[in-house]
Amino acid sequence: MELDWSVILDYLPMLWEGAKTTIAITLFGGLIGGLILGVIVGMIRTYGGKVPNAIAIAYVELIRGTPIVVQVMFIYFALPVLLDVRIDNFTAAIVAIILNSAAYIAEIVRGAFLSVNPNLTEAGLALGLPKWKVYLFIVGPLAFRRLIPPLGNQFIISLKDTSLFIVIGVGELTRTGQEIMASNFRAVEIWTAVAIIYLIMTSIISFTLRKLEKRMKIL
Amino acid sequence: MSMIEFKNVTKQFGDLVVLKNVDLTINAGEVVVLIGPSGSGKSTLIRCINALESINGGDLIVDDLSVNGNNETLYKIRQEAGMVFQQFNLFPQMTALENVMFGMKQVRKVDKDTARLNASELLEKVGLGNKSGHYPSELSGGQQQRVAIARALAIGPKVMLFDEPTSALDPELKEEVLNVMQDLAKEGMTMVVVTHEMAFAKKVGSRLIFMEHGHIIVDGDPTEIISNPPNERLADFLKHVH
Repeated sequence: MELDWSVILDYLPMLWEGAKTTIAITLFGGLIGGLILGVIVGMIRTYGGKVPNAIAIAYVELIRGTPIVVQVMFIYFALPVLLDVRIDNFTAAIVAIILNSAAYIAEIVRGAFLSVNPNLTEAGLALGLPKWKVYLFIVGPLAFRRLIPPLGNQFIISLKDTSLFIVIGVGELTRTGQEIMASNFRAVEIWTAVAIIYLIMTSIISFTLRKLEKRMKIL
Repeated sequence: MSMIEFKNVTKQFGDLVVLKNVDLTINAGEVVVLIGPSGSGKSTLIRCINALESINGGDLIVDDLSVNGNNETLYKIRQEAGMVFQQFNLFPQMTALENVMFGMKQVRKVDKDTARLNASELLEKVGLGNKSGHYPSELSGGQQQRVAIARALAIGPKVMLFDEPTSALDPELKEEVLNVMQDLAKEGMTMVVVTHEMAFAKKVGSRLIFMEHGHIIVDGDPTEIISNPPNERLADFLKHVH
């Protein structure tokens, strides 16, 4: 079969639309939502009382122990049946990626906080500060620096995981590729283009985090 | 005026009783040196004073506040009793100046400019005026410990607690820290010091306490006790320090 790379150019606007959806789900779900929920769950795992901690463990285990495809299917198809609400597939995708990435980020956050020398917490307390201020001003900034490398990993995983939302028909990049494929059968050209666009997006995350890491010395 | 008062204080870690019915009164202006073999309870005793360890029995009054009080009371006690640790424990992400400023801003709510000025003065006082922009990792152990002293002083405490402040230092670096402590004592600061520096105990200490198995065994004038130990265990212990 003759390869015709110029078809990529014809379909680039469509692929870009798909990539924008991928970026939106990754940015608002995996990065921002996942980070906020992940930090909260991580703090509960690290410093919370017995009951909140047990709930947090159950959540993390539930998410880590089930495939993301099953999770998003449950949110999109099963939850509406159970709760009698209808949510669109884009919202379901966002909720799924938040819940999923937050579980992993929670463990990353916990690890980072626990890695900070407990003597520093004690030094902060000895100044007469309440615990939350010690965590916010002393332990937090140190933990954050150690968070950056594993967080980068998780962001990249989240970005790639958005491709699985093809199962609920979200028009992200992979689904867009699939649709183009179905109309012109240019498998090699289109999937090459899709792969390269993913590679560009993950490279941007890697590059940004590496810059950030360089600016903040790991202490 | 009593600054610190132990009333029948007991402290346990699980089944291990570390302090047994300790009674002790420390007055304002005293420089109390605590000595004893490891595991005797001296570090625990000093850590109970600013409530880093909670007590299991009795009462402990610091500047008219009980360590059995609520969290707010504990914060106040810790603000009155500054602590210097064996391992310095400076905040590594802050410069020397920022370490000293931190407590003033966060605890005493001093505005930034005043805090900066006061912190510079304190660093000057411990002989590190030229190191204010350095991070802890760029300072020697002795310099770090002097910053740690300045950090504790920045809160304006009435008592300073020193938990083996020179044990992690090379001999030539110990001196610079001990000199700062001596100056502090001269200014009339109430101090409780866990140390094995007997020369310091004699020269600076106004009172020497020897502990063993969670009890205070000997309590009196340092020079007298060191030159003429009233107790065989102390005499034996003193042979092993210098």
